[in-house]
Amino acid sequence: MNVKVELTINDRKVVADVEPRTHLADFLREHLRLTATHLGCEHGVCGACTVLIDGAPARACIALTVALEGADVKTLEGLADDRRMRVLKTSFHERHGLQCGFCTPGMLISAWDLLRRKPDISERQIRQEMSGNICRCTGYQGIVRSIKHAADTLQSSVGV
Amino acid sequence: MKPAPFTYRAASSSPEAIDALAKEAPPRILAGGQSLVPMLNLRLAPADALLDITRIAELRAVEETINSVRYGALTTHASFEDGLVPDASNGLMSHAAGNIAYRAVRTRGTIGGAIALADPAADWVTVCIALEAVLHLQSTSGKRQMQVEEFVLGPYFTAIAEGELISTIEVPKRSASERWGYHKVVVKTGEYAESMAVALLDRARGFARIVLGATDGAPIVMKKSAGALLAAADEAALKTAIACDLEAGEHEFGAAKRMLHTTAVLRAAKDAMAS
Ligand SMILES: Cc1cc2nc3c(=O)[nH]c(=O)nc-3n(C[C@H](O)[C@H](O)[C@H](O)COP(=O)(O)OP(=O)(O)OC[C@H]3O[C@@H](n4cnc5c(N)ncnc54)[C@H](O)[C@@H]3O)c2cc1C
Ligand code: FES
Ligand code: FES
Repeated sequence: MNVKVELTINDRKVVADVEPRTHLADFLREHLRLTATHLGCEHGVCGACTVLIDGAPARACIALTVALEGADVKTLEGLADDRRMRVLKTSFHERHGLQCGFCTPGMLISAWDLLRRKPDISERQIRQEMSGNICRCTGYQGIVRSIKHAADTLQSSVGV
Repeated sequence: MKPAPFTYRAASSSPEAIDALAKEAPPRILAGGQSLVPMLNLRLAPADALLDITRIAELRAVEETINSVRYGALTTHASFEDGLVPDASNGLMSHAAGNIAYRAVRTRGTIGGAIALADPAADWVTVCIALEAVLHLQSTSGKRQMQVEEFVLGPYFTAIAEGELISTIEVPKRSASERWGYHKVVVKTGEYAESMAVALLDRARGFARIVLGATDGAPIVMKKSAGALLAAADEAALKTAIACDLEAGEHEFGAAKRMLHTTAVLRAAKDAMAS
């Protein structure tokens, strides 16, 4: 039996009739065609589907859409104009933070949240904090370097 | 879409939730969904009906009393990590919470859900037993309280009764002179632990307690090891005590597991002594 749910996605009000078993990532991809959110493992381990729910990072593959009544969801698409996200994307581009790009949306959202919480961060801390995002092809050196570079860029331009 | 179909309903109050749980075919409780939804996706947990309890405000409330802090079952790992709730444990709960899984799991996963599930490697199960925490449970037959130590009977096996809901986890305020050590053996940061140990030591009060988790069953309260820690025994004596505790229960550990568990306990004990 479908359930009606009303939530905000990327600042847009969305009203939908969904099957209770529809997880948020399927809802985003299949119903709204917001395909930046990727699916890898679908059980919370790989991080590819990471989005923001009410401002905090969450796995879209293990969040049920029906349970998100009233929630505020942001995906990578919704952060296109965000400054911290733009700096991160440039860093990933310049410092080889991606190869095939499959894990990248989740990496970017997790890194975005990490730099918001811990703007002054070491490479070692980045490695620990990003352990919930798996990359199968770039290798982590480039990813860690990209995030560190973004952190330094953002730090050096504070107040500018 | 991976799970089999189920129905969904959100309860807005505890009485409404326990009424729904008293039905003949009771629904499965959905809290943070960080264990349940993966199990539904993998079709490991059969559920025809889910009862979402996350809208129940009183299960989110945190109350400080003179002797304890009562954490609503829905308190997330992240709110402990970020210090958004009063601390009863001299920082142990915040430290442990920050090492559960990954940030994107901690923002939604709840302490009540972790204890209800009783995964043998769940951090809260071991930590709450070490802290002598008490669970408050309710159902249509009334309310009751129970030590977490008595509640967890084995892997994914607890003393929860049919139709019962965990409403609060009450942690007695630990004395200011108590020190803690917490050591977790993980292959990869954030993964379920291979072994974990919590050691508490309060010389002023003449108190020590050590709990070992991520065993093949319920966490083990290591009485001999705690005695050795309190007596400031040297490493060899501590090792002997750990070996005794490991052999005492119904568990049978292989050589590798024994070594991991011994190391976890030794390191937790050392941290409790050093801090
Ligand atoms: C990738 C990944 C890694 C993880 N690693 C770790 C780890 O290293 N250590 C760790 O401790 N945990 C880990 N977890 C689990 C996480 O901590 C979960 O949040 C937690 O185990 C369950 O809490 P929940 O609120 O999400 O519960 P849910 O998934 O909603 O529910 C879990 C079970 O408890 C029942 N339940 C929930 N709340 C109540 C209640 N109030 N009363 C009665 N029954 C209830 C549900 O019916 C269900 O059976 C991991 C999870 C993921 C996805
Ligand atoms: S697809 Fe969600 S964590 Fe892997
Ligand atoms: S860039 Fe290919 S998996 Fe990470």
